[in-house]
Amino acid sequence: MALLARLLSLGVLLALWQGVSAYADTRTLPAPSAVLAFVLREAETGGLFFNVGVTLGRVAISFVIAMSLGVLLGIALGRSRLADRLLDTPLLVVLNTPALVITVLAYVWLGLTETAAIVAVALNKLPNVAVIMREGARGLDPGLEEMATTYRFDRRTWIAHVLLPQLQPFMVAAARSGISLAWKIVLVVELLGRPNGVGFAINYYFTLFDVTAVIGYSLVFMSVMLAIDAFLLQPLDAHVRRWR
Amino acid sequence: MSAAGAEAAGEIGGRPAPLLTVRVDRKVYRKARTEAVEAVRGLAFDLHAGEITCLIGPSGAGKTTTLRILLGLDRDFEGAVMPEPSQVGIAMVFQDPRLLPWRTIEQNVRLGLPRERRTRALDELFESLGLSPWRAHYPGALSLGMQRRVALARALALEPRILVLDEPFVSLDDAAAASLRALVVQAVARSGTSVLMVTHNVAEAIEIADRLLLVSPRPAHLLASLSLDRPRTERDRAWGDATRRTLAARFPGIVAQ
Repeated sequence: MALLARLLSLGVLLALWQGVSAYADTRTLPAPSAVLAFVLREAETGGLFFNVGVTLGRVAISFVIAMSLGVLLGIALGRSRLADRLLDTPLLVVLNTPALVITVLAYVWLGLTETAAIVAVALNKLPNVAVIMREGARGLDPGLEEMATTYRFDRRTWIAHVLLPQLQPFMVAAARSGISLAWKIVLVVELLGRPNGVGFAINYYFTLFDVTAVIGYSLVFMSVMLAIDAFLLQPLDAHVRRWR
Repeated sequence: MSAAGAEAAGEIGGRPAPLLTVRVDRKVYRKARTEAVEAVRGLAFDLHAGEITCLIGPSGAGKTTTLRILLGLDRDFEGAVMPEPSQVGIAMVFQDPRLLPWRTIEQNVRLGLPRERRTRALDELFESLGLSPWRAHYPGALSLGMQRRVALARALALEPRILVLDEPFVSLDDAAAASLRALVVQAVARSGTSVLMVTHNVAEAIEIADRLLLVSPRPAHLLASLSLDRPRTERDRAWGDATRRTLAARFPGIVAQ
């Protein structure tokens, strides 16, 4: 039923798009069928898979870096008052620095390189992960801590069975919000300083004023990211909540 | 100290050495910007093998504080616990079951054991507590009474020399409380465990205790240490009521009529 409603709303949206495009200038608003034709053509030449693949790779690497550093940082902030006092201000600064500024500075300082691109994406995402994890680490159940002390849980047992299970919902939330942030930023980063990837392709077709290609590329990439959320992150979410 | 006289009256001569000697001369909570609160002032008792000791006092009287000290969780106090709590083998059943909700019943019990003993056979223990059908379930699927049994199983799995119970039967219906109580008594009878139970249910304490420790309101000090010599099996309702009335007359502030 829920799926049917979703499909229905999608169908209505497409029909509306098709209808409006019939009256609009095809250069500024191409019909869905034209976009589909472009996507198929681009898939045939291999350009689509190459660019989407390159961008996905960047998202993946920076995602892993931002998640692992962000989780560690967040736990440290949530568990230690001193760490929180020392790092709260820098964290707020990075959190409120526009993605564009971080990206430009990364390219200026590290050159127009792959490393700079990945650092820029990771640095944009990391503070969000840290802030979410800090909330998680602050909310640890003191009763369970006392139980773990009384029963002399060793460090490994405590991490695996007391700490991580309490943080898992926060990690999944950070991952889900983080991945959508990362893919939006990665396109800007590519647009500014990379010779390939979805962001580069969109910029290239923008200079040609090929709106069909711009819409085609963004729709394909959006679908890929939605699929990752639906088939990877949501099942993971359900898995960590299985005991509820 | 007012405890001294009562202590002497309750003690029997020529007993084996106690498993644990607890002496809290003074325990003060100091928090920034608030007035210091004196929780305990002069509370001393011994725990002996095979004996059920009940600590009775009004709520907020520093009973839980005393337990935390006895378990070695709180070392900021004046006094001494001998020998060192970590060396004695103390297992604790908390007032709320404090199980790991994301681990199964069996995992909860096993995780309470030191790593090298985690794989030991537990069939008999689960069977004796009526938990066998629930081993693979998560705690959330169990009632509070059953969760308390799991907490008891986790403590008993350690084969402790001292079992500490903090208000273990509150908010249970009479049947569940009675069956859990029976399980504790059985465990003591079987392995000679020393039990220290904190409660404010005097009737319950009279039913199972070998010794009652009556504690004053805050700052807690020992008012009396009383032995109940009648065997548990011969304690009937009339005897219980009579004992309770006697106590109520002697300690009107602590034991209600």
